[in-house]
Amino acid sequence: MKFTHEKIEINVGLMMFLTMLAIGIGGLVEIVPLFYIKDTIEKVEGVRPYTPLEQRGRDIYTREGCYLCHSQMIRPFRDEAMRYGHYSLAAESQYDHPFQWGSKRTGPDLARVGGKYNNQWHVQHLIAPRSVVPESIMPNYPWLLKNDLDYSDMADRMRALKAVGVPYSETEAEYQANVEQFGQEAADKFNIHTAEETLLAEAQANDFDGDPTRVTEMDALVAYLQVLGTMVDFSKYDEGYFAEFR
Amino acid sequence: MADQQQTHGNAVQTTGHAWDGDLQEFNNPLPTWWLWTFYATIVFALVYWILYPAWPIGNSFTKGINTITFESNGEQVTTHWNTRSLFIKEMQSGEQALKQQAYLQKVNDASYEQIQNDPEMMGFVNAKAKSLFGDNCAACHGIGGAPAMVGLFPNLSDDAWLWGGKVDQIEQTIASGRHGFMPAFGATFSDQQLDQVANYVLSLSGAIAADPAKVAAGQKIFQGETGGCYYCHTKQATGMASVGSANLTDAIWTVADVPGAGSDEEKIARVRSVIEKGVQRTMPAWKDRLSAADIKLLTVYVHGLGGGQ
Repeated sequence: MKFTHEKIEINVGLMMFLTMLAIGIGGLVEIVPLFYIKDTIEKVEGVRPYTPLEQRGRDIYTREGCYLCHSQMIRPFRDEAMRYGHYSLAAESQYDHPFQWGSKRTGPDLARVGGKYNNQWHVQHLIAPRSVVPESIMPNYPWLLKNDLDYSDMADRMRALKAVGVPYSETEAEYQANVEQFGQEAADKFNIHTAEETLLAEAQANDFDGDPTRVTEMDALVAYLQVLGTMVDFSKYDEGYFAEFR
Repeated sequence: MADQQQTHGNAVQTTGHAWDGDLQEFNNPLPTWWLWTFYATIVFALVYWILYPAWPIGNSFTKGINTITFESNGEQVTTHWNTRSLFIKEMQSGEQALKQQAYLQKVNDASYEQIQNDPEMMGFVNAKAKSLFGDNCAACHGIGGAPAMVGLFPNLSDDAWLWGGKVDQIEQTIASGRHGFMPAFGATFSDQQLDQVANYVLSLSGAIAADPAKVAAGQKIFQGETGGCYYCHTKQATGMASVGSANLTDAIWTVADVPGAGSDEEKIARVRSVIEKGVQRTMPAWKDRLSAADIKLLTVYVHGLGGGQ
């Protein structure tokens, strides 16, 4: 019997079935391997969840829509490496929910902005970008310095992230696992029960916004910006090492 | 409708069904060019699957027969085709990379003096370091080394060097960073004393028509143990490169925006505010972010911006 497309076109049930089949195969082939291919996330030292203050800064980053203009993904191209530094690793955004890779750059990529400029610059630049970079088209964010940081729900925010896989600790066993993996000092910061104290202590110890008397949204955002891309020490690895994960 | 059917009627078949009495659907075959393009994409996919990583199998995937060879740790490494290996290879032996490496090698082997006396090397330095400066330094120090605002970041295009303007000092500044610090005197000095010291400091460069009585009193605080300003700024008030203290006797102001002030009162207020609040400025260390060669290029470039020493 000769096959004609008419058979499919005049039979809605068959058409629907075949359409789903085609989409299903395409989807499964693209998505399912990601659950099984273990090698995609590079085995590197240093990547850790964000501290409460950094995480709160990250929330402000998403709230203000920074991702609309700034990507956090340095691609393995020569021009990007020369401008931004080592290309981004999958491991570096394993605790990011949601990730901030982005697909459009109106401003520069921020994946490795941590440590590049000092805190004062960030504060000045966020309040009034054109006062330091005259050709900038970034909007002013003066309220970051005026708004006191609301960290009353920090524990709940950490619980939400824990639910999607970030290893913040609630039980003693989870805490001990974090001590094992990240060390005592870091594990203390990932303890959900002391979230507010940890956040306050970090803001006061570092004074990111230049005003030691208050904990502002600026403190949190600058703390976040200053840690971006700084967790992995690339001098420890050979150039070819990361290619093994591809 | 009837006319149209007539014109096509003999050439093209319809599906044979009429809706609403006269609505019919043509049953054209696919255009040949379209059909062959479709077959070509299938052939392309087959070739692609053979050459490049493509199909998932269990917890691995088909690697494809294409390979890339690059150098890692002194050894030749061959991997299946992937963007990271391709990138490493391009950084090592791409056309642009090789061109640049030849120059970088030359600059790396030369002394600062040799570089500065060689027009060809300087041409390379100025081209490459200009983009390095733009990517890394200009956000604070401004394009060409002139910051958009006075106060937070030193101007590199003038002749004043807080931490020294010799090449080795500039290199040290870039590689290891600096921490500029002046204590706040707001709690130590009375209002009157702040005013007197500000008057004295401004009189040193003749920036204002200062009140001689205040200047004399300010000088006593500055040069005596009450203020002890001379520890860092020196007795001559010309500053010390080892601690990054400013020269107060020239017309260049790096923290208080004196030239931008309209009146003498405003100038005094601005200098007074610096004495009251102190200075906390940091320059990040770049040695973990930039290569030694890049720092060398930037050193020569910055040295040239404002007339290095």
